[in-house]
Amino acid sequence: MPKLSARRARRPGPRRYTRRDRLVLGVLLGLPILLDLALIWGPTFASVGLSFTTWDGIGDIRWAGLKNYEHLFTGYPQFWPAVRHNLLWLAFLGLLAAPFGLLLAVLIDRGVRFSRFYQSTLYMPVVLSLAVVGFIAQLILSRDQGALNAVLGSKNPTDWLGNPGLNIWMVLLAACWRHTGYVMILYLAGLKSVDPGLKEAAALDGASQRQTFFRVVLPTLRPVNVIVGVITVIESLRAFDIVYAVNKGRNGLELLSVLVTDNIIGEASRIGFGSALAVVLLLVSLGFIVTYLVQELRGERRR
Amino acid sequence: MTASATTAPPTLRPEPAAPAPARRRGRFGVHLFLGAVSLAFLAPLLLAVYASLRPYEETARYGYFSFPRRLSFDYYRQAFVDSGMSKYFLNSLLIAVPGVLLTLFLASFVAFAVSRLRMRGGILLLMVFTAGNLLPQQVIVTPLYVLFNKIPLPYWMSDSLTMYDSLWAVIVVQTAFQLGFCVFVLANFMRTLPQEILEAAIVDGAGVWTQFWRVTLPLCRPALAALGTLQFTWMYNDFLWGLVFLSDGDKLPVTSALNNLRGEFFTDYNLLAAGSVLVALPTVLVFLLLQRHFIAGLTLGASKG
Repeated sequence: MPKLSARRARRPGPRRYTRRDRLVLGVLLGLPILLDLALIWGPTFASVGLSFTTWDGIGDIRWAGLKNYEHLFTGYPQFWPAVRHNLLWLAFLGLLAAPFGLLLAVLIDRGVRFSRFYQSTLYMPVVLSLAVVGFIAQLILSRDQGALNAVLGSKNPTDWLGNPGLNIWMVLLAACWRHTGYVMILYLAGLKSVDPGLKEAAALDGASQRQTFFRVVLPTLRPVNVIVGVITVIESLRAFDIVYAVNKGRNGLELLSVLVTDNIIGEASRIGFGSALAVVLLLVSLGFIVTYLVQELRGERRR
Repeated sequence: MTASATTAPPTLRPEPAAPAPARRRGRFGVHLFLGAVSLAFLAPLLLAVYASLRPYEETARYGYFSFPRRLSFDYYRQAFVDSGMSKYFLNSLLIAVPGVLLTLFLASFVAFAVSRLRMRGGILLLMVFTAGNLLPQQVIVTPLYVLFNKIPLPYWMSDSLTMYDSLWAVIVVQTAFQLGFCVFVLANFMRTLPQEILEAAIVDGAGVWTQFWRVTLPLCRPALAALGTLQFTWMYNDFLWGLVFLSDGDKLPVTSALNNLRGEFFTDYNLLAAGSVLVALPTVLVFLLLQRHFIAGLTLGASKG
């Protein structure tokens, strides 16, 4: 600490940056900041504003107060199923895919043979476009020619993707297929950076493997845990591509993101209403983003 | 930990040496488990490849899960040539390559300024960028759609004369959106570099640009390689931006264009499978080639604190 303040004191204030430096800083910081504000934060606030209006994208923008939200909660039958599906998505990824990914990472990290093969195979689904994932899901699960029904070979085949009570689970499986590999690689990278001395010390102290893992290794992985948590939440709120590729997000596959897209770029072009939906999505994710940022800030202070 | 250290009797210590056969059996179990999971993970991909090699009539009659009677690459040719996939591949590259380069360049400078120059408000800047990357895309879609429709572009840049329905829109949004993630990772990485190198450069009279371009950036090569791979995958795979900001079917990136292989009344799933494999190929290849960098690079964002 004293070293740091000494360094700061040594630095002469006024002639720190030359004119050229200031130009470089101005342009190369200004450009990304401008991009971020104009294309990310500006539209975010604009969406919040638009959510209180009615607008079809061409005519006048009319103030509507809270009418969009009222309609959303009471008169829009797809809304609550969509919320439920998003929450289900979150639970599925968070309680199933993420722990499973951690388990796989731990097993691979023990240094078994062929670990490179396992690692690449398990990660493979992650690099696939979700559109491709959605399509592969159809190949396996379609009613008449799908591989799953061929294996099961029953007389009256199940319509895995067409049955509105069933298809969400199938899509969730496909989402897990991708998310597990993602979580696994993050933990694998984290586990590789854990000081092996820690584990040895714990073993010397007589800790069992399980104790070593839960009491020693997992706490040191805290930054990875935070990242995995954030990614899981964001992925489940953003979920869009798979259901869109399967059936454009209808008939049991409604998601908030799909409803927003439908309202905004669909024929109806109900921009005010679509924005209100987007704001709901924003509020939910904002809760998690703020938690995350607080965590980060604390880490920043400790540094 | 300290509690177990004091209470654990020393007699427990020789334990690790004793159950060697048990551990071997454990190893076998691990292989069995990992092998089974790997197979389950790989099976859908193998099935897609298998289906793409077989004619429709055959799979229609016997199902996808049957022995092959005839295998051929016909569908690949058809998917590539008949549906003009090369055009869509080009679109994807036109979006992803400039997007990745621009993102990495801008993000690395922001990260440099935030983590190395110790500017006031650096943390705030970092937060603004990081949080921006975590917003759901749908939140910003509408205003951007309106905005891009209002921005005129000359004909040589966009034949629609607006930012809307041009690849520029997609590139710019991708860049802005991914900036946050890259700034976050690169700032964490740059923090691990020794500050002394920079101070030596300052003593030698290096300006900000030299400190950034000549001194810091070359040290970030592993992080940039990993991020580049990741970003290429993400931008290439993206589905939504192309769907929303492009209306001309000829400008679609290859992921969105996959739907073109679907007929209006009849869909040849084997053709679609061939298309999917073709679409997936670049990212799979990039991953397999750069795998080592990639995993090393992911640590950079995670192993901090």
